Amino acid sequence: MSTGTTKLDVVVSDVVPVNDLVTRFHFRRRDGELLPTFSGGAHVVVEMRDGDRTRLNPYSLMGSPLDTREYTISIRRDDVGRGGSLFMHRSVKPGLEMVISYPVNLFSLDLRAKKHLMLAGGIGITPFMAQTAQLAGGGGNFELHYTCRTASLGTYADVLRERYGNRVRLYHDDREERIDLDRLLSSQPLGTHLYVCGPAGMINWVRDRAASLGWPPETVHFEHFAAPQPGAPFDVELAVSGKTIRVGEQQSLLEAIEAAGVDPPYLCRGGVCGQCETNVISSDGKFIHNDHWLSEEDHRSGCKIMPCVSRFEGKLLVLER
Amino acid sequence: MAAKTIISRPIYGTLSPQPGKHHLFIADAEGALAITNMAGKAPPGFFDGAEIVFIPDPEGKHISALEALRPAQLHLPPSFASLLPRLRQTLTNAHMGLRLYLAGTEGLIGQAMQAALEAGIDHTSIETEHRGSLARRMQCVHCKGITENVTTQPALCSHCGLLLLVRDHYSRRLAAFQGVCINAEDRSEIPPMEEAFP
Ligand code: FES
Repeated sequence: MSTGTTKLDVVVSDVVPVNDLVTRFHFRRRDGELLPTFSGGAHVVVEMRDGDRTRLNPYSLMGSPLDTREYTISIRRDDVGRGGSLFMHRSVKPGLEMVISYPVNLFSLDLRAKKHLMLAGGIGITPFMAQTAQLAGGGGNFELHYTCRTASLGTYADVLRERYGNRVRLYHDDREERIDLDRLLSSQPLGTHLYVCGPAGMINWVRDRAASLGWPPETVHFEHFAAPQPGAPFDVELAVSGKTIRVGEQQSLLEAIEAAGVDPPYLCRGGVCGQCETNVISSDGKFIHNDHWLSEEDHRSGCKIMPCVSRFEGKLLVLER
Repeated sequence: MAAKTIISRPIYGTLSPQPGKHHLFIADAEGALAITNMAGKAPPGFFDGAEIVFIPDPEGKHISALEALRPAQLHLPPSFASLLPRLRQTLTNAHMGLRLYLAGTEGLIGQAMQAALEAGIDHTSIETEHRGSLARRMQCVHCKGITENVTTQPALCSHCGLLLLVRDHYSRRLAAFQGVCINAEDRSEIPPMEEAFP
């Protein structure tokens, strides 16, 4: 794994189907020791050895930060994705030895907040499982609004309702239940922080409404579950390491660089943390920037790329790696 | 604006209109001008949702300029102390979306910010603009007394009478700069007192 991302040798201690789409995975350390502590909102990067391919996908830790005997993650099966979730669902069984990264938190609670308002969409519920556990342990003030497609796909909705009662509100798409967002945001006491995790559309909607209703950006926290998008294969020259590589259809640029034996930095693998930023030395073609890190100006300039999520279409791409 | 010397030394900006429907301005003295300057950049209807609290000087300068902005409310308390209970009340009852703008002397900005921090507003989301005197609110680190409107270096503690070096070390919690005895080793040593914060 990459510079700065230390590995943990773990064994899969349990695999639990949660509903039609979601499965939960439990990990313990192979040496039987406790796992490192983490804070609610942290993720780990799971290394998946699928034949001759290695995928590294980030998943939020959903267990209580107060219990580090095991880590738990929940993965939604994506039948049209690049295959990481399918690999986990099909091939990962209890007893399998795996490697995961130390936890990294890019979605942490701001504990100075007077109140924590959480908005989850679909599988975006996972970081809130840990955050609510953390807050409930310390008597923190929170309220969770959770939208899901149907009651049966409301992953952990029953657990949350049971634990926290009406601090948890559920909204089901099939019953046409919608969050009255403007009202919700306008009625929060001063000192509230907002956390949103779910599909990109939901995050954009919430951030946009919050901003126009006068929420300062520092009080709005979000986490994208942006997986790298597949696309047409393309060739890249790595100037510093002197290699030419091909990025496959189902592969991210970052994965292709790693497969070539170069060890670039990363943290989120989802285009938000900024760690993997790479300079473009020359190019002839079109960038498909999928990240949320670079500014629009950076995107237009074509001088930088975030290899974890972005792609390229064209004749020539030379990167400083 | 003073040069940045110590990290805790506050840095002030220029007021700019923020998105949202509720805007609370707190200003004293020349801070009124920061508000009227900003008004030029504000979208139409901006002051319909604005409350301005202004502590005027004895001549009542700038009051009519603020009236002309036609804010939803204009409140003119005689001093910061008399404003404080009402400010606390407003902040306790306020909802997210209220934006705070502080303009004028450092003492006013610091003390209003102190009340805002208690209410849970992050200092980075408060608009500030320093106008007028550089006079400091100073805490004597020895007797803990606060002396307002310190303009000299060194300065006399109005409580214990020690001669203090006014440091750039600022406490957001106390809304005050720290004053440390300048001649602790030898009290007969009296450095010249200069006008440092006019
Ligand atoms: S690894 Fe975080 S932006 Fe690429």
